[in-house]
Amino acid sequence: MITKLFNRRTLLATFGAGLTTGTSGLLVPATAKGLAPTTSMRGGSNNYRPGAPIVERIGGGGFWMSGTVRRAGDGMPLAGQRIQIWAHTTEGHERDWHSHGATLTDSNGVFRLEMPQIVPAFGQPHGHLAYDSGDYETVFLRPVMRSAKDTSLEAHFVLQPV
Amino acid sequence: MIWAGLAFVVALPVALAATSPLLAWRQPIYIAAGFAGIAAMALMLVQPLLAAGYLPRLSMQRGRRIHRWVGGILVATVAVHVVGLWITSPPDVVDALLFRSPTPFSAWGVIAMWALMAVALVAVLRRPLRLRPRIWRMCHTSLGLLVVVSTVIHAVQIEGTMEPLSKLMLCALVLAAAQKAVASLGVWSKRSLPR
Repeated sequence: MITKLFNRRTLLATFGAGLTTGTSGLLVPATAKGLAPTTSMRGGSNNYRPGAPIVERIGGGGFWMSGTVRRAGDGMPLAGQRIQIWAHTTEGHERDWHSHGATLTDSNGVFRLEMPQIVPAFGQPHGHLAYDSGDYETVFLRPVMRSAKDTSLEAHFVLQPV
Repeated sequence: MIWAGLAFVVALPVALAATSPLLAWRQPIYIAAGFAGIAAMALMLVQPLLAAGYLPRLSMQRGRRIHRWVGGILVATVAVHVVGLWITSPPDVVDALLFRSPTPFSAWGVIAMWALMAVALVAVLRRPLRLRPRIWRMCHTSLGLLVVVSTVIHAVQIEGTMEPLSKLMLCALVLAAAQKAVASLGVWSKRSLPR
């Protein structure tokens, strides 16, 4: 038989749980249809050069950067979205202009750009991607390759309409 | 024998790093910055050996004098390391210095850098500070240990020009030398030590 709704222990537990939920970001307003927008990764915008041109491929190629672009909420694939890509490769540093290029997503929201082999720089083999065309919130990604020997890398965008 | 061994364990990782294929895709300033970091870790192996008088045919006094010089060189090599990386990619170094880098080893590198600056400052200010020798020694040693430990954590996580096995060997020796020197000098013991 329970005589009290709360004793000290349950009160503390409830308060603690409430505090954890409230301050840890677990409590988010329910989004319409679920698919949450991608947030920018730390360091993603490093050595970003706005306005990199759309190219057939970056440099000599040999390495594939690919991914998808979808809309937050309903997850609809977004066609014709411009994605910028850059990395430290066998042909240049991240800061070099010729290490930068952009491509557009196809009708399925898929992009794929050939570029030179990414090599480890600043301690990790990684690439950079940006969406910054303005129709959706800007997102910068910095995916890391599982192995420096990999010859492809994927990154996926879920964009939040502005 | 000890000298030859020391020369070998320092030269081996440097030599292997010099054969790294990554060098072909890096500019000279980036290469210099990387090797400055390797040199700094090699000097960290020498420092406790000098301080504890482990190296043959070096008197304790002479060893301590060289220890001071090597300390100065160590600060300079770390400066070259950080400035060289900063020239190579300013935003990555700024992120590291502000502790907002995506790579955990960056934070450890910055901790090691500040601890090294502090350990050098404590050394320079030994006379003006007029700390009791035992207290001064505890400060200098604990900061030195922080430098060593954070440098090793920094180095092992990096995928760079160092060959992995020789890097682990150098890291282990750096830790062992520091631990041995601290233990044999009795830094934490109550008795005051002859200088």
